[in-house]
Amino acid sequence: MIRASRNHPGWWAALGHRLSGLALALFLPAHFLVLGLALEGDAALDGMLAWTDRPLVKLAEWGLVMLLTLHLGFGLRVLALEFLPWRDPLKVLISLGAGASVLAGLLFWIMVS
Amino acid sequence: MQDTAETEEMLEVEIWRGAEDGALRTYRVPRRESQTVLDVVTWVQRNAEPALAYRFACRVGMCGSCAMQVNGKPRWTCRTHVAKVAEGGKLRIEPLANLPKIKDLATDMAPFFEKWAEARGRHEPTRTRHEPMAPVSPENPARAAANAGIECINCAVCYAACDVVGWDGSYLGPAALNRAWTLANDERDADRCGVLRAVSQSGGCHTCHSHGSCVEHCPVGINPTAGIAGLKRMTLAALMRGEL
Repeated sequence: MIRASRNHPGWWAALGHRLSGLALALFLPAHFLVLGLALEGDAALDGMLAWTDRPLVKLAEWGLVMLLTLHLGFGLRVLALEFLPWRDPLKVLISLGAGASVLAGLLFWIMVS
Repeated sequence: MQDTAETEEMLEVEIWRGAEDGALRTYRVPRRESQTVLDVVTWVQRNAEPALAYRFACRVGMCGSCAMQVNGKPRWTCRTHVAKVAEGGKLRIEPLANLPKIKDLATDMAPFFEKWAEARGRHEPTRTRHEPMAPVSPENPARAAANAGIECINCAVCYAACDVVGWDGSYLGPAALNRAWTLANDERDADRCGVLRAVSQSGGCHTCHSHGSCVEHCPVGINPTAGIAGLKRMTLAALMRGEL
């Protein structure tokens, strides 16, 4: 259970940053594996790319775009927090970052569908 | 005469009894107008549980001694109105998190204050009492930064709210680092480099994960996360200059 004292935007942003980072780290080996297929010739890579052209994989790719933009947004939050002279808890920035991520995800969805 | 006990609105209050191996015990406390959480604890101690241990002194938010966990959040109980925190007429009052429990609502504050000393929280004067007072401009940016952090009442609410304090026993915590930040910005301090050395050790400012729980819970509106971020920048700059 989430402690009551943790229920605030800064904590959720920090958790989102870590979890998205972990998920991206898990994805990276698969990403390199697919890139590695190019070394084996265009047929192997094209075969893989054709396989990715299905709704479920597209959904997973959408998740990936969301993870990347969320990780970027939350990472920028940490940089802003540590390097810029600020006083307020940056809640507006957190909301803007999360909003931008959803927008990026939406754009991706429109482009692939 | 009408029996008021029947008609009176009551609060269901769970209070921690005992030390680390203690448990919550439930009390029924009459609801009053403008009642604070400290009023509730005092009512229980005076009417139901004379052996209940808790701390308070000023009752007006100055001394910082009455902080407790209220429905899971650390709060200064003398300035916390029941109306704002009771959930469905229920309150759960526990001793501050991240500190050893002594008995009931009283925690051992020694680790908290020892970390103030570790963070070089003592002011090192540049002048003696026989010299004239140092003129300090309030417009000076460093003074403004120090002023933003000096109203700390040592209540340990930030310390109880901080996840990193719970994970890492060596972490100095938001209050001690905020104190160090005010000294590092105080032009009257004779050893500001010593402050930076103290807070750049393991468990110092670089251990902070910037969750911001301290800012979220500080009852007097101090922003320790901003101060800690400032210390991170300041220690890095001192390191580059070869001062650390």
